Order: sequence, then C-alpha cells, then structure tokens
Amino acid sequence: MSELFVAIFQHLLIVTVAIGISSIIGIILGILSYWVRPLGTFLIWFAEMLQTIPSLALLALLMIIFGLGNITMIAGLVLYALLPIVRNTYTGLSSVPSHLREASKGMGMSRLQRLFQVEIPISIPMIFSGVKIALVNSLSIAVMGVLIGADGLGYIIYRGIQQQNFARILTGAVPVVLMAILFDYVMTKIERFLSIKC
Amino acid sequence: MIHFQNVTKRYGEKIVLKNLNLEIRKGEFVVLIGPSGCGKTTTLKMINRLIEPDSGRIFINGEDASKQNAVELRRKIGYVIQQIGLFPNMTVEQNIAIVPKLLKYPKEEWQSIVRSLLKLVDMPYEDYAHKYPSELSGGQQQRIGVLRALAVSPPIVLMDEPFGALDPITRDSLQEEVRRIQKKLKKTIVFVTHDMGEALRMADTIVFMNEGRIVQKAAPEEMLRNPADSIISTFMGRHITSGRQSVPLYAEDFMRTKVLKVPKTSKTLECIELMSRRDVNSLIVIEDDETYFGTVTIEEIKQHGKAGRNISELVSNETITIGRKEDARTALDRLLESAANYLIVLNDDLTVAGIVTRTSTAKALGEALWGEMPA
Ligand SMILES: Nc1ncnc2c1ncn2[C@@H]1O[C@H](COP(=O)(O)OP(=O)(O)OP(=O)(O)O)[C@@H](O)[C@H]1O
Ligand SMILES: [Mg+2]
Repeated sequence: MSELFVAIFQHLLIVTVAIGISSIIGIILGILSYWVRPLGTFLIWFAEMLQTIPSLALLALLMIIFGLGNITMIAGLVLYALLPIVRNTYTGLSSVPSHLREASKGMGMSRLQRLFQVEIPISIPMIFSGVKIALVNSLSIAVMGVLIGADGLGYIIYRGIQQQNFARILTGAVPVVLMAILFDYVMTKIERFLSIKC
Repeated sequence: MIHFQNVTKRYGEKIVLKNLNLEIRKGEFVVLIGPSGCGKTTTLKMINRLIEPDSGRIFINGEDASKQNAVELRRKIGYVIQQIGLFPNMTVEQNIAIVPKLLKYPKEEWQSIVRSLLKLVDMPYEDYAHKYPSELSGGQQQRIGVLRALAVSPPIVLMDEPFGALDPITRDSLQEEVRRIQKKLKKTIVFVTHDMGEALRMADTIVFMNEGRIVQKAAPEEMLRNPADSIISTFMGRHITSGRQSVPLYAEDFMRTKVLKVPKTSKTLECIELMSRRDVNSLIVIEDDETYFGTVTIEEIKQHGKAGRNISELVSNETITIGRKEDARTALDRLLESAANYLIVLNDDLTVAGIVTRTSTAKALGEALWGEMPA
C-alpha cells in the first residue's frame, strides 16, 4: 500500500514540476508571440510539431540528452505541455477587446503596465484553461515514465502487465484516471470563477 | 493650447488628412463633426499620439508633441472612447485611480480624488466605488469613463463619440453633465460626434470636416446661420426635416418671452438703472394700452438723454417687428438682415409677445429637434 502512495506522490511531483516549468516558459512565449506576431506564428507551428512526435519517440530522443531518470520525463512533459499553454496565452491576449487595449494605451500605460494590469488579468481564464489541459494530459503521459526509468504510477502498471496481474494493473491505472478527473473538475470550477470575475 | 500645423496622414494610397491646420484655444469646447470616415478620430488620436502624422506638426502648449515622451504625454491628456473601455477586472475606484496611480500619487490623494469625482456625478462613494463595471448601467459606466479621464485634472480631454452608444435620455443628461463639468473645471475639450444636435448643444466651436479637410470652423449659431458648404446644410437639414417634418414652424416658436418692457412714460434714469441692473443694453417701450411703441438703447440714452425726461423722446422704431404667426423662414431671414440682432414679435393686438434673437433661435431649433435644451 505504501508503495502505491509513494508512486502517486512521485507521479504528481513529476507532473507538477513539469507543468510549473512549462507554464513559466509557455506563458512567456505566449506573451512574446502576442507582442511579435511573426514569432507567434513560428512558435505555435513549432509547438504543434512537437505534439505530432509520438511520445515514445520524443522520450527516446530526450533520453539521449538527459539519460535515464525523472529529468527526462519532466523534460518530455514540459515540451508536450507547451502547446496548450502557449496557444491559450496567445489566444487569450489577442482576444482582449481592442477598445480596452486602446483605452489603456490612451491613458498612458506603458507596454508592461498594459500587460500586467489589463491584458493578463483579462486573459487569466483562457491561460488557466491552457494549464488545465496541459496538466490533465500530462497525468496520463507520465505513465510512460517507466520506460525511461522515471518514477510514478507507470511502474506499478508495467509490473502488473509483466506479471499478468490484473489487480495490480488497476491499482496503478485507477489513481491516474481519478486524478485526471479530479483535477479537471476542480480546475474547471476555478476557471468558471475566474471568468465570471472578468 | 493645441495647434495643428500642416498635418497630413496617409494610409497607403489614401490620404486621410490633407494639410490640416487647426488652432484650439485654452478652455475651448471644440466639437469635430462630419460624415463617417472624414478623419475625425484620426485628428483626435494625433493629439495624444495614438496616431502619428506623416507630415506636419502638432503643438500642445507650444511644445511639439512628437518631441515628448508619448506615454507621459498621454497621462496629461484625458481620453474617453465610445466603447467606454472600463477595465472589467477593476472596480470603479480602481478604474478611476489608474492615471493617479501611474503618476504615483499617494494613496490618500487618489482616494480623495475618487470620492470627490463620484460626488460630482451624484454617485455616492459607498454605493459605487467597489462595484465592477459590469454591475453598472451603460450610462453609469460612461459617467465613470468620463471621471476616469478627469482623475488627474488634465487640462485637455479628448472624447471620441463618448455618448454614441447611449439611449437618448441618458445621452442628454450626460451631455449636460459634461458641459457643466467643463464650465466648472475649465477644461479644453475636443469632442468627436456625428450628431449635429449634440454638436450644437455642446460646442463653443464646431469644426466641420469632410474628406480629410476642415470645411468650416465656427460657433454653433454662426454655423446654423451661415453654413459654408452645402454638405453642412445637408448635415443640419437632415436633422431639421427628420425632427419636425409635418409641423410648420412660426416666429413664435423661436422667440424668448422673458423680455424687459417699460411704459413710454418712464424716466430716462429709471431705464438706465433697470438696464444696468438686468445687464441688457436695450429695452422695449410700450404704449399705455401695452401695444408696442419702439425700442431704446443704452447708447441712445447716454448720448441724448437728459435726466428727468420721458423715455418716449428717445425711442426708435427702427427695430423690425414681425407677427407671431409669420413663418419661421421669414423670421430668420429678417433676423439675419436686421442690424439690431433681434426682432420684436407682436401679438395680433399689437402687444409685445417676445423677441427673436440668434441665441433664442439656436435654442429653439435644438429644442424642436432634440427636446429640452439646457438653459
Ligand atoms: N489603420 C487604418 N488603416 C487604413 N485606413 C484607415 C485606418 N484607420 C483609419 N483609416 C481610414 O481613414 C479614414 C478616416 O478614419 P477616421 O477613423 O478618422 O474617420 P472618422 O471621421 O472618425 O469616422 P467615423 O465617424 O466613422 O468614426 C477612413 O476612411 C478610414 O477608413
Ligand atoms: Mg471615428
């Protein structure tokens, strides 16, 4: 039993660290994309391309760089999570009504003041929704970690498959599904709350 | 205060402003009006540098705007837009306090600004300061939009069709409020509209634009009386006919009924005293039976009057009179040719019904077309 809890904890840790890093990078890239449109077009194309690489292949490639272990898994998750976060940040910022952008500019806000006082607050629901999608996806992708020597619930599932132990497979799989459902539910609630405020 | 010097703006091939020259005085309420696409917004946004001219220069307080830091310049110029543009993520108080905070006013100071501004439009601080814009009606939102532009008491305020999206009643009261605030705080206001009624009501000076040029710049009454171009008459004419198509207008519709009348037996001193007390420079003199006798001006009394004599000796009957049921067109024509600036309107029994002046005409026109005018 304690093995399960350790695995859940490790699984969550890997996912949260990856999403944390990816959110920081993704939001910054999203902002840059919004400021410099051509860069945005390129970045989103790049992130979309990353998504088309099968996860196993991507992880294998990363393994060449980072070797076996959690770091590789985190790097893979970061890359996968980039697309929804960059795209939603970019879309959110771009859909700030143009009259609000004009009002903030006309009142004498600098570019950064406009970003932090107006554009980001108004795009928060959209950005948050990108993070939610990334996080829920990452929970299941992280199961692959077992193939590159990372911790997490994947290990339990893999052992279950090897031993043809159905109960063991479920012990690993059910928490993944439950966590995904739970995060999705809670974060959707938060997202609603945020968008009502705006 | 604001001075456009040979300003030209192009978008691609299209010339949007052609060699524009415009002088706006301190404390002046200038309304830019004209058909859609004539360049009003472009002109306005050049003042706060949201748009830069291709050639020519704009001086604000004698300083070349292009030589100033755009962000700092904008903080010194109030800006109100048609879509209101309150930030939905901020409360009323936060919205109003934006520019004071940008300028690093201490908290007590911007808070007291918010309080006094809300008081200015009768929206109690306790009830409204902590509401979000979405909790307010459109009219209240635009009131806050106007207050936000006034927060650091900028000498210049730009307004681009600020009341265009509001219902007529709300628009009327906001027009009145803005006019009152402008009078009180002595702001220079540049106001864009395509509603002639609004322009006539609000402006000290109307600037009529068409295809990137200024067609006429004049006071409202002057523009009503003397439109420089047929496009201006059409612009006003459209309002006149749409407002009052089937109802004929008479001289009486344009007259002011509160006028000073004195019997012809009055003494000169009495008259002078009355004129100076009521601040007028002429009086209507009537017969004993109250029928019209003539008019007398203060100059006439001062030049020829002798103390203690009857006013009747000095009365002139040169002022044009007109029956109250004369048609409006004739009345206006007579008014324009009259040297005296006003006409006497007589009842059928030849008693005085009122006078028609240029001001009363403008006011009556406005009232006939757009309802009650501010006094
Ligand atoms: N960014 C732009 N690119 C190209 N053309 C533009 C741009 N902005 C304005 N124009 C054109 O410049 C002309 C003047 O525009 P402007 O917004 O000043 O008109 P306006 O008088 O304010 O009209 P309206 O009453 O419709 O608001 C219009 O013909 C418009 O199509
Ligand atoms: Mg416009």
